[in-house]
Amino acid sequence: MSTETVDKPVKKESEAFFSKRRKKIVTDPLNDDNPITIQVLGICSALAVTTQMKPTMVMSIAVIFVIVFSNLIISLLRKLIPNRVRIIVQLAVIATLVTLVNEVLQAFAYDMYKELSVFVGLIITNCIIMGRLEAFALANKPYDSILDGLGSGLGYAWIILAVAFFRELFGSGAIFGFEVLKAIGFSADGWVGMDYQANGIMVTPVGAFFILGLIIWVQRNKTGYVEN
Amino acid sequence: MDLINLGIKSIFIENMVFAYFLGMCSFLAVSKKVSTAFGLGLAVIFVLTITVPTNWLLGEFILREGALTWLSKDLASIDLSFLSFIMYIAVIASMVQLVEMVIEKTSPALYGSLGIFLPLIAVNCAILGSSLFMDQREYNLAESAVYGFSSGIGWFLAIIALAAIRERLKYSNVPDGLKGLGITMLITGLMGIAFMSFMGISI
Repeated sequence: MSTETVDKPVKKESEAFFSKRRKKIVTDPLNDDNPITIQVLGICSALAVTTQMKPTMVMSIAVIFVIVFSNLIISLLRKLIPNRVRIIVQLAVIATLVTLVNEVLQAFAYDMYKELSVFVGLIITNCIIMGRLEAFALANKPYDSILDGLGSGLGYAWIILAVAFFRELFGSGAIFGFEVLKAIGFSADGWVGMDYQANGIMVTPVGAFFILGLIIWVQRNKTGYVEN
Repeated sequence: MDLINLGIKSIFIENMVFAYFLGMCSFLAVSKKVSTAFGLGLAVIFVLTITVPTNWLLGEFILREGALTWLSKDLASIDLSFLSFIMYIAVIASMVQLVEMVIEKTSPALYGSLGIFLPLIAVNCAILGSSLFMDQREYNLAESAVYGFSSGIGWFLAIIALAAIRERLKYSNVPDGLKGLGITMLITGLMGIAFMSFMGISI
C-alpha cells in the first residue's frame, strides 16, 4: 500500500486536532470495539430503559455526558490519584456527575425523571464508564480521554437506540410516540387502516434480550468477530 | 405474611435479572462455569443482605428531610436526599471492602474461592439497584432486610441456572456470530419467559 501523506516531523505537542489516531479513538467503539456488543459492558441500563425511544434518548445523552466528563476529570487527576484508592475516587467522581444529571432531570424534565426512576442512579454502576476510566483515562491525556469517552458513549447510544427502535416499533407500533404503523394503515389483517395489534413480548424485558441477541448476531456476522 | 410475600415476589416475580436487567454485566461475564457462578452468587446475597438495611438506616437517620432531628431540633429543615447516590455507593464500596477483609481473616478457604469476585461486586448494578428501589418504594427496616436478602437469592438462582445451561451449551453447534454473548442473550430471554410464569403467585 502506498501512502500519499508525508510523515510530518515528530512533534508531540502539535498533533493535529483531528489526527488519524484520534479519529480512530472515536470510531473504534462504534462498531469494531463496541462497548455493549463486543466488550459486554453496560448491559444493565442498556436494556431496562429501551421500551421507548424517548427515554432511551435521554438515557444516551445522560451517559455520554457522564462518560465524557468523568473521563476528563479522572484524566486531569490521573497523576494525583494514589493507585490503592482509585476505585473509590472514580466512583466519587461518577456519582457526583450522576447526581448532577439527576438533579437537572428532576428540575427540568420531571416526567422523564419519574419514568427513568432508578436507572439514572444506576449510571453510576454502568461498567462502561468505570471501564473507560480504568482502561483509558488513567493513562492518557485529557483531550484524548474526552474523545475516547465520546466514542464509547456513542457506541453505547446507537446500540440502545437500535434496540429501542425495534421494541417500540413492534411493541407499540410507534416511533418516538408517533404511531407509525397505525398511520400507514398496517394492521394484523393487512393494509386496512385499523389499530396495530401490539406485540406484547417486545414490551416485556424478554423482548429486549431477543432484540439485543439478534443485533449482536447481525453485527458479528458483518465484522466477522467470533467468541470462543 | 407480608414479609414472606415480599420475599417471594422479589425472588421470582420481580427477579433482579429477568425483570430489571440488574447485574447483567457480571451475570453474563461470570456465568461460564457453575462453580464460579455459585461463589459470586453467594457473595452477592451476602453483600445485598448487609447493604440494603444499612442504606435504609442511612436514609432514615441522615439523608431524609428532617432526618437529622435526632441531632438537634434546628436541623429539621435540612434535606440531604440529593446526596443519596454518593452515600449509597460509598456504603456499598466500603462494605464490600469490609466484607473482603472479614472473610480473608475468618475463612481463607471461602476467600480463596470468592477472592476476585468480591471487588467486582462494588460495581454490580444489582446492589446499588436494590438500595435505590428500597428508597423509592419506601420500605421499612424489616422489609428492606427481607428485600435485600431475597433479591440476592433471586440473582443467585438466575446466575446458577444460566451457568448450568452454558456448561451444556459447549456441546451444541451454535452459528459463529451467535457464539458467546449472542446465544447467551437469547437464552436469558427464554429464561425470562419461564420466570414470567411465576407472575401472580402469592401466599
